[in-house]
This record gives sequence, C-alpha cells and structure tokens, in this order.
Amino acid sequence: MTSASTPASVARTEPVRAAEGGAPRSAAALAYLRHAAGKVAGAAVSLLAVLVTSFFLFRIIPGDPVKAMTHGLPTSAEQLATLRHQFGLDQPLLQQFADYCAKALSGDLGTSFQFRAPVGELIAQKLPATLLLTGTAVVLYSALGLWLGTRSAWRHGSLGDRLNTGVALTLWSVPSFWLGLLLIIVFSVGMGPIPGLFPTGGMESGTGETGFGYALDVAHHMVLPVLTLVAVGYAQTLLVMRSSLLDEMGGDYLTTARAKGLRDDAVRRRHAVPNALLPTVTMVFINLGHVVAGSILVETVFSWPGLGGLFYQALSVPDLPLVQGLFVVFAGAMIVMNLIADLLYPLLDPRVGR
Amino acid sequence: MVTKAPPRPAPLHRALRLAVAGGVAAASLMAVPQTAQASAAADGKEGSGTTLTVAVSQSVDSLSPFLAQKLVSTSIHRLAYEYLTNFDPKDARTVPGLATAWRSSPDKLTWTYTIRKDSKWSDGQQATAEDAAWTFRKMMTDPNAATANGSFTANFKKVSAPDPQTLVIELKKPQATMTALDVPIVPKHVWEKVSDFSKFNNDKQFPIVGNGPFVITDFKVDQYIKLKPNKGFWRGAPKFDELVFKYYKDGDAAVAALQKGEVSFVPNLTPAQAAALKSQPDIKVNDAPGRRFFALATNPGARARDGKAFGNGNKALLDPEVRKALFLAVDRATLVDKVFQGHAVEGEGYIPPRFGSYFWQPDAGQRRGYDPAKAGQVLDAAGYRQNGEGKRVGKDGKPLDFRILCHATDPNDKAVGKYLQEWWGKLGIGLKVECLDSVSDPWVKGDYDLAFDGWSVNPDPDYVLSIHTCGALPATPKDSGATDNFICDPRFDALYAQQAVEYDAAKRSALVKQMQSRLYDTGYMNVLAYPNALEAYRTDQIRSITTMPEAAGNLWGQDGYWSWWSAVPAAQASDGTSGSSSTGVIVGIGAAVVLVVGLGIFLGLRRRSTSDDRE
Repeated sequence: MTSASTPASVARTEPVRAAEGGAPRSAAALAYLRHAAGKVAGAAVSLLAVLVTSFFLFRIIPGDPVKAMTHGLPTSAEQLATLRHQFGLDQPLLQQFADYCAKALSGDLGTSFQFRAPVGELIAQKLPATLLLTGTAVVLYSALGLWLGTRSAWRHGSLGDRLNTGVALTLWSVPSFWLGLLLIIVFSVGMGPIPGLFPTGGMESGTGETGFGYALDVAHHMVLPVLTLVAVGYAQTLLVMRSSLLDEMGGDYLTTARAKGLRDDAVRRRHAVPNALLPTVTMVFINLGHVVAGSILVETVFSWPGLGGLFYQALSVPDLPLVQGLFVVFAGAMIVMNLIADLLYPLLDPRVGR
Repeated sequence: MVTKAPPRPAPLHRALRLAVAGGVAAASLMAVPQTAQASAAADGKEGSGTTLTVAVSQSVDSLSPFLAQKLVSTSIHRLAYEYLTNFDPKDARTVPGLATAWRSSPDKLTWTYTIRKDSKWSDGQQATAEDAAWTFRKMMTDPNAATANGSFTANFKKVSAPDPQTLVIELKKPQATMTALDVPIVPKHVWEKVSDFSKFNNDKQFPIVGNGPFVITDFKVDQYIKLKPNKGFWRGAPKFDELVFKYYKDGDAAVAALQKGEVSFVPNLTPAQAAALKSQPDIKVNDAPGRRFFALATNPGARARDGKAFGNGNKALLDPEVRKALFLAVDRATLVDKVFQGHAVEGEGYIPPRFGSYFWQPDAGQRRGYDPAKAGQVLDAAGYRQNGEGKRVGKDGKPLDFRILCHATDPNDKAVGKYLQEWWGKLGIGLKVECLDSVSDPWVKGDYDLAFDGWSVNPDPDYVLSIHTCGALPATPKDSGATDNFICDPRFDALYAQQAVEYDAAKRSALVKQMQSRLYDTGYMNVLAYPNALEAYRTDQIRSITTMPEAAGNLWGQDGYWSWWSAVPAAQASDGTSGSSSTGVIVGIGAAVVLVVGLGIFLGLRRRSTSDDRE
C-alpha cells in the first residue's frame, strides 16, 4: 500500500505525537488563544448571517401561509385579514424583518402559524426526542464504524475487509425509510418464526409508567429506529477510518514500534489508530451537528415525535416562523459543533493553529 | 509498502463481538415484558378495561375549540363537547344535540333553542343556555376566538339566554345553517378565566372539562391523545373504557400496527393497502362512499370584486365549446377503474351521492358523457381545426396548449394527468402537468389554466356552494378571497341567495340541485369522481360500530360522534395465547444470550489484562 490514495487534507508526513514539544509552553498557549478567538468570532458572524438569511430565504417559498393554513375550511375574508394581522403579515417586509431581528436577538423566535405556540417552546418540546434517537445512533454508528474501519484497514484486501466494506456500502445505499419499513414488517409485526418483538412506532406505550419502567419502554421503542440509522450510517465512519488508517500504515514509526517487539495488536491500538483518528473526529462532529436536525425519514417511518417531523410539517404549510426557527437552530447546531471541532484540533494535533 | 503477518484474532475483539450480539439480545429481552403488555393492550385487556386505539397522522394544531382547524382536532372536539345540534347517522338530517328543539321567527331573523336539562359538564356543573350564549358572544366580540368557526357567527346580531333552558340568536339577515352550527359549546365557568384566546391552546390541564360522550384526559404532542367515557353523557356512556388516538406518521407503519393489533382502526388507506388487508383474518376493510369529490377546475379568468382581471389563464378556456370538448374527451369509467382501482364512483354533480337529498345528476340531454368523436366535432365546429402536425389551432393561430396544476403529494393527480395528456393529445391538444408541493400560490394568483380540485362536503352544502359566488372573489387582485376557482355567475349567485334563506328542506334541496345544474352547464368545474373512504378495523377488538350513513358509510371524520360512541368491544375471548407462548421462548433465549455475553465479556477482559502483561 502506498500513500497514493491519500486525500491531501489527511496527508501527514510524520505522526502527531512526534510533533509535540518544541515551542515554549506560553507561546503555544497564546497561539491557541489566538486560534480560538478567531474561530469563535467566525462562528458568531456565521450565526448572525444565518439569522439574516433565514428570514429572506423562506420568504421565497411560494404559498400564502394564511390561505394554506385554512385550506379546506370555511373562512371568510375578514377572518383571513384578522389572521394576517395577528401574524404581522400585513406589515411591509422590512418592518417584518426588523421585528424578527429584534425578537430573535432577545431569544424569541416568534409564534407558529399553525400551532399558535412560541416556536422556541415547540422546538424545546421535540428536541429531547430527536437528541435521544439520533444521538444514540450517531454514537453507536461512529463507534461501530471506527471499530470495523480499523479492522478493515489492518487486514486490508482480506476477505473480511472486502465483505465488511461491501456490506457497509450496500447498507449505505439503502433508503432509510425502506429499511425501516422492512424492519417493522419483520421484527415488529413478525414474520414466519420471527415473533413481533418491537412496537411499530412511537416513543412510548403511553401506559403511564414512570422511572425505570418508562426508560425501558422508551429503549424498547428505540431499538428499530436506532438500528435503521446505524445500519445506513456506519459506512461513512468506516470508510474514512479505513482510508486514514491505511495512510498511517506506511509510517516508519510503526515499523519502529514493531521492531521494539510490540504485539501487532498494541501497535495498532496505541500507535496507528490515534494518529488516524483526526479526519474521523471531524466527521463525528459534523454528524453530531446533524443530530439536532434528526432524520426526517426515519422519524416519519417510526412515528418518532422529533424535530424532523416538525420541520416537515412546518414546510408543508409553510409555517414561516417555525421554518425560520428550525433553520436557525439546525444551522446553529452545525456552527457550534464545527466550532468545538476547531477548538479541539490544536489539542489533538499541535500543528493545527500554528 | 506495509507488510505484516495477519494478526491473531485478539481477545478484545471476541469480547466486543459478543458484547454487540449481547446488546441485541438484551434489547430483545427488554422487549419481553413490553410485548406482553402491548398485546394485552391490543386485546383490550390492559388492566381491566377495553381500549379502542385509532391511528392518526395529522398533528393537533390546538385543543382550543376556538383555534382548532385540522380534521383530527375538530373530530376530537366533536367527542369532547356537545354542539347545539347533531346529524343523524342514517341520513344526516339534523337531530337534537345540546338543544332539544329549535324554532325561528316568521321573518327568519330570530332563532330560539331549547337547551336540554340533562347535560352536565364533566366537573359536575349543569350545562345551560348561558354557556352557549357566552361561547357565541365570545366569537362575535373577540376576533381571536373567531379563528376556527367565525364564519358561523359573522351574521349574528345578538345572542342572549333569558333563562337556563332558552337560547335566543338574532341575525342580521337569514342564514340557512342555523340548524347546522358546527360550533363546540364550552363551559363558561372554565373559559371565562382565559385572557388571550389567540394563545390559549387548552392543552395544559387534564381532564378537559366538556359535556360530550368522551372526556380528554391526556395528550402528548404527536404521540397520543387519550379520552375516557363521560359516564354521565345524556345519550348514554360509550362502551369502550378508553379511546386512544395514536400517532402513525407513515401509512404503511399504521397498517403494520393494525396487522399486529397495536391499533384497532386505520383510516385513509390506499387501494394497495386495502387489497393487502382484505385477506387478513380479524380485519375488516370498510370501502365506504366518500364525502369528497375529485374535479377538474378551469380558470374562468381570475378577477377581483373590484373588476380587475389578473392571472395568466389561457384565454381559449373562456370559450365554452373548448371546455365542452375537453370534458367530452374524459373517460370517467377508466379513471375509476385504473386510477382509483374501483374504490370510487364516477362523478357528475357537485355533491357526492351520500348526501342523498342534495345529490344531483344531469339528464340525458344535458349529460356530457365520454365521446371523443363528438369532442373533435365540437372543436371543428367552433373553429379549432387541426393543422398539418395534428395540433388544434385557435382562432389566433396559436396551438391549444394547456397547463394543469397538480398536487405533488397526491398520486391520483399525477395518474389522472397522464390519462388526460393521452386523451386530449388525441384531440390535438397539448397538456403540461405541473405538480407542486403547494399549489395554493399559483392558484391564488390565477396563474393556471386547469387544476385538480377537490372538497370534503358537509351535510349542509352551504359552504362548498358559497365558494363559487361572486362575493367570495378577492376584494382586489392583491387580496385572496374565499373563492375556490374565481367563478362568478349571476344566475348561480341568485340561486345561492334563494337557498340561503329557504328553510323548507324540499324547496332548498331543489334550489341546491338547480345550482349544481348551472355549475355543470357553465363547465368551469367538472367532477370526475367521488373517491371512496378506505379504512380498516380489527374485528377481534371491535365487535360492532356505527357507520355514517348507517347503511354503507364511513367511520373516520363523521359528522357527529357516532362511530367511537357506538363502538362495542369484541368479547374478550381472544386471550392472547400466541403472545404468551412466544414470550416464553423469548425469555428463554434472552436469558441464555445474556449468560453467554456475560461469560464472553468476563473472559475477554481477563484475556486482555493478561495480554497487556505480555507486551
């Protein structure tokens, strides 16, 4: 294996640990602070830009929200006018924008057209369910991808490697809603000798259980959706980990480590894998940013009461304040996660931020 | 180049592998008590009570009767609050609700209702005429309280309750819907404490005080809504011990839940789902005449009440002969057969046949049946000749090319669009099917030639007729009115005005039929089909249930609370033995796997510590 297939961003000539030391400690700390300040300022500007664009972006969506909201029901012209006034839609666009900015900066994301409730409250209501479901899935598939990716790279070219990547790529290309439905039919309704073990949807049975019983009930409901998300998601981590570990495997330091008489297992675990982790860490953080947005399709198939479903409902009206609010929260989560990754890099690899 | 010997399988790997396997097994183990519980609930045996579970997909917009507009919310309000009147499940005629009797003054401007003495709020207080008067007055004076049902009270002049059993409503002008006021009456003593009606969603404190057959006892957004029978309901308490509306966002998942027995009833099936369920034991598919119509609408030249025209509808469609030819070339039988797969009835009149007293059909001379040859002749005679390429060319020399607005979310629209392209193509007319997620924007702006249209019709047809009156047009091109399709026809309007003040049922129905006849003749709207309501329920959970109309009707979205109020639980004979036998097996397997996993982890950890020593 040569380093010909190495992506430029991942290419490193020497292992991370070898680069430690050198500059005086205080200078390094100063450099880190400068790096951090720059990143934080950048994130703040991005957040502001998101706030501004979200307002105008969603004004482009065709559709009269008030008309769409009441479609199918008897509504008089006077009522429509009252609704417009209630939601400030009769104001000039610039006035609406000024109101929106003033409110958003004080943490008020407006009132949803269709649910008549503060957007912040609606999001807060659904956020835990999404965090629980996609968070669990991201942690599991990152771990699974890391583990299988390491194994695959270490024994690259073997039958196991080919099988491993083959299965991962196949699952990756499977539409998640289809896989979810299959899992429901097989493991929820039951098929042949397989009994219906899991609920067909929802987050709880609603039997009024509390404490541990409730936690068990939720865990029971989580099994199939998490399984779906993990199955279609782990390939990404696997492939990045595999390719970055393959690059490390050409390193002289590994030969040195082996020459010291270390077992192959230890060489991999203690020397190669830590150095190969950086690109994977980036990806895990990007995925963590996605955790907030959830997965619309999987949440829909399993009727999971999360943000994905809320976003779909908001778009179909269109419920402008809710769409805007969700967009700000989704984009904000990505910005914050990127910021954390940026702040962590210099700690993982001292060459970053110099 | 890296060369290395294939490593021995490390002990940690084995442990991890076992741990993963164990995780799955542990999850199955976890499943055990829950599965038993779920099937018990499905059998209606959870605890000592019976549960009727209905799969719903639409989110509740609000539990306040003053704000709720979505069907799921208004259906639940029908169960929780008594309205002044109700509709008979047999034939949808008006029957007593909170009011036992009603009469109007000779000038039809004053209505007096007698309020029943045997209706109590679920907190024990008596329901009186003052509750109804307060509800209506609130809607008349507070625009925030008029959001959902304000159209019913817009014409009210004064509402009073001279005594607890008498409600008097004075009108500005006669109103035909006075015996069909679909307004939930709320308890004054609870609601007068609400300060801002635009924000109060009525979803924080349970149980919610009401006087309908059920009491809302619990609600979790997009998870479930629970109701318990109102034991003191004047018509008699419902038979199930609990009614749960459970969320299934995906139709196929809901069908899976029905097959499993997790839910008792699933509405809005697709023909494919219905076909799959038909052969299943313990499931009954209800293929009921629907209350919707599915129509083609042509843009009659969008305009506002101020007389200004707008939009970019094709001028050729203003020619009645063109519209006539288009509709002569539509084969309704094929659409019902192929697109709706038999689950629909061919359409003609505006109001579906289930509303017997208003249903209208054209007579032989008036009917525009499928006759493509005649369609060609009509176009030839009207001067739209085919050019050398076979295209019909208008009087201005331009070929006839139309656009049709289609709902991207409705597969029926797309399928019908394909047929229309083929049939009209044979006439030499081009058709571009424009499918959008939200069609309301081009529609409101009048930027369409044709569109797929459809409405759910109420037992009282006033509203669906009103949306074709000139008064429903937008005030100016910038506004959006209540109009459906910009139709403004003085003859239709004159008939509409007559029926609105006609209290004699037979005379009113005759007028409504004349309106449909006029609508049919103008050809701006052409009803293609009345799609059936496809739904299914478990016969091992529901022994009997009232459909509406009783003879062959639907269960979901009825005008009234009949279905869930009347549902009788199946005998609790099915004891869920299949569930418990498999439960035993799973417990065994789960326990065995946990044991193996524990052993594996123990061994793995031991090996790992020794391997560390070896390094």
